[in-house]
Formats: sequence, structure tokens, C-alpha cells
Amino acid sequence: MGQTMAEKILARAAGKKRLSPGELINARIDMALGNDITAPVAIREFKKIGVSRVFDRERIALIPDHFAPNKDIQSAEQVDVMRRFVREQGIVHFYEVGRMGVEHALLPELGLVLPGEVIIGADSHTCTYGALGAFATGVGSTDLAAAMATGELWFKVPQTIRINFKGRLAPWIGGKDLVLFTIGRLGVDGARYCALEFGGPVIGELPMDGRLTISNMAIEAGAKAGLIPPDKITEEYLKGRARRPYEIIRGDEDASVFQEYEWDVSDLEPQVSLPPSPANARPVSEVAGIRLDQVVIGSCTNGRIDDLRVAARILKGRKVHPHVRLIVIPATQAVYLQALQEGLLEIFIEAEAAVSTPTCGPCLGGHMGILAGEETALATTNRNFVGRMGHTTSKIYLAGPAVAAASAIAGCIVHPDEIKGVD
Amino acid sequence: MSLLKGKVWTFGHDIDTDAIIPARYLNTSDPAELARHCMEDADPDFPRKVTPGDIIVAGKNFGCGSSREHAPLAIKEAGVACVIAESFARIFYRNAINIGLPILESPEASAFLKENDQVEINLAKGEIVELSRGRKFTAVPFPPFMQEIMAAGGLINFVKRKANLKDSSK
Ligand code: SF4
Repeated sequence: MGQTMAEKILARAAGKKRLSPGELINARIDMALGNDITAPVAIREFKKIGVSRVFDRERIALIPDHFAPNKDIQSAEQVDVMRRFVREQGIVHFYEVGRMGVEHALLPELGLVLPGEVIIGADSHTCTYGALGAFATGVGSTDLAAAMATGELWFKVPQTIRINFKGRLAPWIGGKDLVLFTIGRLGVDGARYCALEFGGPVIGELPMDGRLTISNMAIEAGAKAGLIPPDKITEEYLKGRARRPYEIIRGDEDASVFQEYEWDVSDLEPQVSLPPSPANARPVSEVAGIRLDQVVIGSCTNGRIDDLRVAARILKGRKVHPHVRLIVIPATQAVYLQALQEGLLEIFIEAEAAVSTPTCGPCLGGHMGILAGEETALATTNRNFVGRMGHTTSKIYLAGPAVAAASAIAGCIVHPDEIKGVD
Repeated sequence: MSLLKGKVWTFGHDIDTDAIIPARYLNTSDPAELARHCMEDADPDFPRKVTPGDIIVAGKNFGCGSSREHAPLAIKEAGVACVIAESFARIFYRNAINIGLPILESPEASAFLKENDQVEINLAKGEIVELSRGRKFTAVPFPPFMQEIMAAGGLINFVKRKANLKDSSK
């Protein structure tokens, strides 16, 4: 009997020949991540352990992105805790304002997360790196502290749920629509404690930016990881980028999985998830006409260059609806610069959008676009829980960048085809 | 330590970490400050109503969403002695064990218990007793490895012991 991709990657990191679901193991960590919310707690816990040095100063990434540029004194103090720890320990991968980006966009871009690796992050969307073929999973701050001290962490080997997408995607459909559809089918806890593995011909043709979007939201179905087996697109993406040698690990054909789904997505419409759950996914035609106060394009889910290109194609030569505030947030400095060079920022600004420096900002209701009571937003982010972007009576709809841009122009939720003259 | 007695507060399914401790308060990691906003977006009055020793009883997938350890920390600091749920989200489960917040998974207790019930909990045995109606439930036991972490008082102490062992053998 063969093994799944998750089992093989974990077995390698645990120094075992093979593993089965349910086994508890200690695995070696290739990269450990923390941000300005979780790292200060991890640093506090690290100090209690009593080791003087981190396990490897090149395998820890600390990224202040949530409340950065710091929105108030308290958040500035949090980053200061990180900065001091970084200097004291000589930690190499610390990126501040001007060099930074949203962690899950930044780490893949910098070639710091690689196929076959085990990566933990004190942030639930660490599962994003599954798109590169890494077993990457979110943990808490105490876990991060233990990993920083020992370079190891305990895991329970998960079962695998495999999802195969077949057919041909219609125009405007991307990774976000596929993943919202998936979460809609599985529910918010449908993949709890499991590894999701995405495959099939549609994934085979999907560019890396779209794959990262899919893996990013695996946690929204409760999954521990969101894996995509590495292929030509993965290797192409890593060329000139990977900072370490890596080994590609794929699952065996005959591996036994817990569940397997095959969905033909040829007729899939752009998806929109209704508040207050990412699992409330509907075809856009069912929610068309809902009036919006704010649209946000950005985040670790959809703030990469492909996302901004899609949005710019629709916004070019048009204006954001007078009742709508459009906020565009490139996820990293590199994305920001590329958008500038390609003329995308000009398109956004002429459309009367606000363009911000990279930050998590409104995605978690931190700053840079908080919602008032009863307001409605559509965002390309990943969570629409009660109060996520501001007041507890505000509402958030989730969608991809095409629906977001089109809806910002229309003033209400629309299918991108409704914007005349866009091709 | 292992015998707890307290009053029940009930919550529904899929209580996410943004409801447990909204991100707008995460510019600090001060436990006392976090406790002041515990469960605020699920029940705005909870931080005022909760008293030390109380028990949270919830439905399925408690603690879904973000990895913020601030969520179990806020609950622990608010004085909640134990969380009983039909099931827990994975990261919340890890975090609770790691920081030493007692949690018990019992679909039967979760379905049966009502607001203001008085319960007695034997953590070591995983037993939950509803005192006025006298119903008894047994929670899903923790694997031995996790019991070890809990016995050490959380992951940090557990790792500390291991680290010290290594040092002394040098
Ligand atoms: S962009 Fe949003 S989901 Fe992504 S890391 Fe930041 S706060 Fe979390």
C-alpha cells in the first residue's frame, strides 16, 4: 500500500520509513514563522524554556504585517519586542515596513518555503505553502516557541481528503472560486484534522498565484494542510528563487485516502461567500444586486500580481461607484513595484481607488479600512466572520478579484460580464 | 486540582476565534487585557458575567479560524475552568493543551447541558456530572502523549524538561 503526500513528507521529517494516520510523531521543522500578533507571545514563552539560542537563525521568519505600519503605540511595542529578539538572536529573516509583505505572500516569493518541507507558522493561513508542495500548518505561539527552541514539533499524522477538479474554467474563474466552492461543499469543519490535497487537470493548468489562493483557504474547511503536488509550474516558480536545495515529494497512486471527490467545474460561476461564513458559497448570480459600501482587494489570499492584473483589466478607464470605497493593497513590496511598473497602480488611482502599502490591515479589522455598523463590504480576503472587519453589525462577502473589481464599479455585487466592454 | 465545580455558559456551533477575542484587541498580548474582551463578539456581556470557575459549553468546531493563542489565553484568564464542546478546531485544541486550559470533548454533554447548570468535572477521568439532574458523561480521553504535556503543566515545561535533560547529559 502506498502513502499519501502528507504521510511521506511527515515521515521524512520524523526520520521514519512510513506513517499511518493517527500516529503521533516528532518532526523536524524546516521553517518556523511568526507575526506581530503571535511572535511576541512566542518570544515570551521561548524565554521561559531557558535555552539561550534559537535552533537555527536562518530557519525562523518573523514578519510584522498585521498592524504594520504600526497603527498605535501598543502595536509598535509588539513589533519592538520582535525587533529586539531578532537582534539578540541574529535572526536572518525579519522584514519590516519598506521590505515586508503579508507573510504568506512574502515567504513563497522569497523562496523560503519549499517542496517536501515541514513548515509551521503561528498563523492559521500557514497552510498557503501547501501550494508549493510543503506540509505547512498553522500552530499557536507556544508551539512556535517550542519549535524555535528545539527545531522540532509534535504532530498527529492526518488523513487525506483528495479533491480533483476537471473540465475547463470559464472566463473570470480562478483559484478563489475553486476554493470557495470547495469550502461550500465541505463546510467549515468538513476537513477538520485532515490534509486536503488538490489535483486534476484544472489544477495542472492553474498558475502559482491561483494555487496559493486555494491552499491559503484550506483552513477555512478546518484542514491541517492544503497540498498541491509539485509539477512543472512549481519548478518554474522556484527557479532562481529557492534559497535551499529541496526534494519534491508526491503521494503514491495507490495511497489510501479518507475521502475523494471529483468535480467538473466547467459550468462553475464566480463564487461569493455570504456572511458570516466562508462556507456560505453561492454562484454570483444568486447574490447579484447587494449594495456595497466598501470593496477590498488584497490580503494573503488575493493580493498577488495576478490578482491585481485581473482587477486592473476591469477597472481600466472606469470609475469606482460614488457610494463605494475601493481599497487596493498589494501583498508585498515586490508586487507593489511590479504593479507600478506595469501601470496597474495608475489604473487603480484613476479609477479613484485608495492604494495602500502592503499590510494585513482591514483583512482582520486591524486598520486601513474598518467598517462602521450596518455597512457591507466585499473583500478578496478569506474570512467573513462576525466583526472580522469592524463593527459586529457590518457584513462581509468574499469573492475573487474579478467580482470585486466589477462590483466596485457597479456599486453592488455583479458578475464581471455585467461590466460592458471588458474582455 | 483535578476536581472542578462550576456554572455553565452555553454557546453554539462554529464559535470562531474572532468571536472569542476580536482582532481589534490583539495589539496587546497582556492576558488580563485580553480577558476583559473574552467572548465579546459572541456575547457582549460575557466578560462582565463570567465568574472564576465557570464552565463554557459549546457545540461543534469550537475555536475555528485563526491560530491566535490569545483565544484560549483570554478564556483562561477570564477564570473559565474548563471548556466542554462537541468538538474543537485543530489549532485551538493544540493551543489549549499547550497553555494548560482544560478542555473536554463530549458530544453528549454538549447536547445535554443548559445555561446555568451546575457541573462537577473530574479532569483526570474525563468525567462530567450535571449536579441537579445527576447525569454523568465521560469525555473522549486524551492520548498518553498529550496527558504527559498536560501533566507537565503545558508544552513549555514539557520542552524545558527535555532541554534540561539534554544539557545535563553533555
Ligand atoms: S492578510 Fe488576513 S488572513 Fe492573511 S495573514 Fe494577514 S490577517 Fe491573516
